Amino acid sequence: MDDALPSALATDLDGAFERLVLDHQDRLYSIALRVLGDPRDAEEVTQDCLVRAYRALASYDPDRIRSLEVRPWLATIVVNLCRNRGRRRKLAVVRLDAPSARDTIPVAGRIAAHDPTGSPHASALRRETARDWAALLATLPQRLRIPVVLRHVDGLSYAEMANALGRPEGTLKAQVHRGLALLRDAAESASLLDREVMSA
Amino acid sequence: MTPRTPLGLADVETALAGLAVAAPPTLAGATLASVGLADEYATVPTPVGAVYVAWNGLGISTVGRADDDATFERRFARSIGRPVRRAAALPDSLARAVARRLEGDRRARLPLDLRGRTEFERAVWLKALEIPRGEVRPYGWIAAEIGRPNAVRAVGTALAHNPVPLVVPCHRVVRSDGLIGNYSLGGPTVKRVMLAAEGLDPDELESLARAGIRYLASDTTRVYCLPSCHNARRITARHRVAFRSGRASEAAGYRACRDCRPDSAARAA
Repeated sequence: MDDALPSALATDLDGAFERLVLDHQDRLYSIALRVLGDPRDAEEVTQDCLVRAYRALASYDPDRIRSLEVRPWLATIVVNLCRNRGRRRKLAVVRLDAPSARDTIPVAGRIAAHDPTGSPHASALRRETARDWAALLATLPQRLRIPVVLRHVDGLSYAEMANALGRPEGTLKAQVHRGLALLRDAAESASLLDREVMSA
Repeated sequence: MTPRTPLGLADVETALAGLAVAAPPTLAGATLASVGLADEYATVPTPVGAVYVAWNGLGISTVGRADDDATFERRFARSIGRPVRRAAALPDSLARAVARRLEGDRRARLPLDLRGRTEFERAVWLKALEIPRGEVRPYGWIAAEIGRPNAVRAVGTALAHNPVPLVVPCHRVVRSDGLIGNYSLGGPTVKRVMLAAEGLDPDELESLARAGIRYLASDTTRVYCLPSCHNARRITARHRVAFRSGRASEAAGYRACRDCRPDSAARAA
């Protein structure tokens, strides 16, 4: 579907733009929501992203639109808007790679502690709901959170991410790996908390 | 305590893939509206009853009367062709600007979406915006003021196609013979109601017109005006002089009022 979209946008922007919105709004909203953590902010940023995309397309000549890689291009716009918003509203995010990280990730543990059944790992996996993971994700530093979200929530390839973020693929792979490892450790220590609660 | 298998990175990847969600249902509509590819509408109270107003991110696109939402939507689809959906009310800033315009505040900044209209039509509508509340100008005045003194009929046609009546006050434009004339937003009666609501007496205006009087002047200031001009209305009966033509006024040594510019009306064909 992405193959046909740029040429449709190039020939009739107003006619084809609705399709761009319908094809991409869910993924852009997901990126914004998982990077920013707040649904209202995410909605505003997604709409702003699509409006900016429209204005940019209206100013591009048809050849430029035809050669556009729409997925990473839109990702660039939404990520930049998320960064600007993050800068405006300095969130009190505790960094997972900070020394005191172990003490600062109680959300997942607290939610998990409500369910006393099953083996710790199986139940941890089951109980690590989307909300828990979103909460853990929010504690990642933004420099890691953005590549992790683009790779594993949005499903961009490393080549597309390199295009979108302007960082080398090798750097992005390392950042995603580091981010995943931090998330895994955080989830583990949340389960650990859970086990301590159960045995107490 | 049960021994546990540590989480693998693949488990984390699976969990993250589950974090993709659907966008809120209103997002697409709001986005298309804000770039002007779709519109929203609501009703606004006016002296002639509730009136439908449609808008998008570029400004107000349509003002019209309709018996119900379905009728308005059908007309909108036929005339504009974009998707349109009901909103509870106008956005605050637009609502305030519309209210101020209806109260006669011509400086209220009100964005209009007049895409797809000709330069001539826009010129006519923008000129109509200059007519103060409670005053009227003939079609020929607009034609002369926009530099097309021979295009009086085309001015009438453009005003009949005004997509945003009330907001662009085409009800303040009358026939060149001074009679009130027709109105796009519901015929001559509605036009009279609108003008009366603005403090003008349509009957008085038409009785002057029927008597052939086009201009009123003051023998103290030696200035002649269109009859509804605020300056003409200040002239006391004792000092009021009536003229049938601009030429007659000038010949009698009167000069044109700088506010209502009656010579523009006189200049038109």
